[in-house]
Amino acid sequence: MNKRFFIGIAISLVFYGVVQALISGEILNDFYIDTLVMLGVNIILAVSLNLINGFTGQFSIGHAGFMSIGAYVSAIMTTNLGYSFPLGLLCGCLAAAVAGLIIGFPTLRLKGDYLAIATLGFGEIIRIVWLNNDYVGGAAGLNGIERVTNWSWIFFGVLVAVVVIQNIVKSTHGRAMISVRENEIAAEAMGINVTKYKVIAFVVGAFFAGMAGAFSAHYFYGIAPTSYNFMKSFEILVFVVLGGLGSTAGTIIGTILLTLLFTYLQDIPEWRMVIYSMILILTMIFRPKGLLGNVDVTKFFKKGGASKNGGTTTTP
Amino acid sequence: MTFDYIVQQLINGISIGSIYALIALGYTMVYGIIKLINFAHGDVFFVGAYTGYFTAKAGLGLILSLIIAMAVCALLGVIIERLAYRPLRNAARIVILITAIGVSFLLENLGIVTLGAQAQGFPDIVNKSTYTLWGDVTIDSIQLIVLVVTVVLMAVLQYVVHRTKIGKAMRAVSFDMEAARLMGINVDTTISATFAIGSALAGAAGVVFAIMYPSVDPLMGVIPGLKAFVAAVLGGIGIIPGALVGGLLLGVVETGVQSIPGMSLWRDGVAFAILILILIFKPTGLFGKNVREKV
Repeated sequence: MNKRFFIGIAISLVFYGVVQALISGEILNDFYIDTLVMLGVNIILAVSLNLINGFTGQFSIGHAGFMSIGAYVSAIMTTNLGYSFPLGLLCGCLAAAVAGLIIGFPTLRLKGDYLAIATLGFGEIIRIVWLNNDYVGGAAGLNGIERVTNWSWIFFGVLVAVVVIQNIVKSTHGRAMISVRENEIAAEAMGINVTKYKVIAFVVGAFFAGMAGAFSAHYFYGIAPTSYNFMKSFEILVFVVLGGLGSTAGTIIGTILLTLLFTYLQDIPEWRMVIYSMILILTMIFRPKGLLGNVDVTKFFKKGGASKNGGTTTTP
Repeated sequence: MTFDYIVQQLINGISIGSIYALIALGYTMVYGIIKLINFAHGDVFFVGAYTGYFTAKAGLGLILSLIIAMAVCALLGVIIERLAYRPLRNAARIVILITAIGVSFLLENLGIVTLGAQAQGFPDIVNKSTYTLWGDVTIDSIQLIVLVVTVVLMAVLQYVVHRTKIGKAMRAVSFDMEAARLMGINVDTTISATFAIGSALAGAAGVVFAIMYPSVDPLMGVIPGLKAFVAAVLGGIGIIPGALVGGLLLGVVETGVQSIPGMSLWRDGVAFAILILILIFKPTGLFGKNVREKV
């Protein structure tokens, strides 16, 4: 909690105020608001996945599953049971976090590829559970969800997600997580409770994925199991990877670039996924650490340029 | 639930299971040799199915369609390896894995752009006739073809891996890539050959799958691909006989669950549940050996 932190918060609040004024003044139309909400949801998803994949080095490709839990639980709370949105949001986040806990524990024994496919399997199972549950509409999903999410919700959601995750990463716990990523055996030998930090990463990541799910469910009126298949998980993974695993700023920038690219390619929907996958492959071949992999962007704003946190770590 | 019914489900399970096994072989061979989960493999399968669709439409018979599909897929597999994976031979594994996901996306979406997203009916190139074995137990000609194709291809694969020079090279590279290189084995060629063989098997699987469920669409490879992957993990990834056993086992279990009234929609869930159970209790698969990690 130093001066820079508060300056950062202040700048983002100013940004919030300006956008809010533009929206109130109807200078930004629905298209821009849609894009902003999409951006916000994607940033929350990417930043939370980055905690699991980028910082703790646990390769998870089931993030859409956590997102769907947040979406469904919050939608059930507000639409089926008639509770208020904040309560639904909280329940959605907590349910997703519990799922993260449940999934985190058994899969901890797994590493690398095996962990990836186990999380993929869990993500698919969650989707199939929704698909086979008539209470949540089966394949058709839940419809008629009230639109509650607006710029304010999204902005403060993103702010909370980024601040919380960034603070975890910069704390003792964050350093422990990074050490788990770099070398699990060495970390354990240094007295770090590897299991604990993996579970924390999963739980916190899932919590925010649930939040993103709840926001998107309460913006797009309806949710269906197909929106949360493993393609979605990959999409989130691409946000993180393009920006750079283990770099919050990189993740945010990567997400913004890709989301905007997606929005502007809307007129040619068939080609947009082709372009998207080309970008993914080319990034991996020519810049495998992502656009800003392990680069601490904040150091560019500091006097003298160099930072004591300047990333010199290697990706797993 | 009579005995006949169970046997009937077993036959259905084995025929779908052998398709999984054919696809799983490609996963397992590639994993065995370069430790990569080739996510694009399910899409090679879809390309095989479409090749079969076009050759069948052009009036070619089953055998020719199979051979052409296998050749096209083998070529595709080699091209994918050459362009996408070879530049990353020494990169971190996560990087190659993500590239594989990218290649998978690319093939699927190129398929949607060029071939359209709608499912196309597969032309009849096989006369469907049903033979009664005894009582209520039947087997149809398509199931027979699937079984024959699988058995023949397995036998060929077994021969190639254990009796030919390239097979020996493949086993050597998968055992220790560096040592194999020092012994004068051309590692790049060997890896290409592995991709070619694995992709050809997926192509054959694509054609027989398309004959069995007579339709093709660009996303048809996603679910069978994932399930074949589960089959490969079930048998112990990297182990060729494991893929066969895993595929058959998965097919049988899945058909079994589907045949229980009220459970049919859970069929896809079963594969993933098996995957997770196997990973938790025996991550190396049924046939896998435990490799101790050295510090």
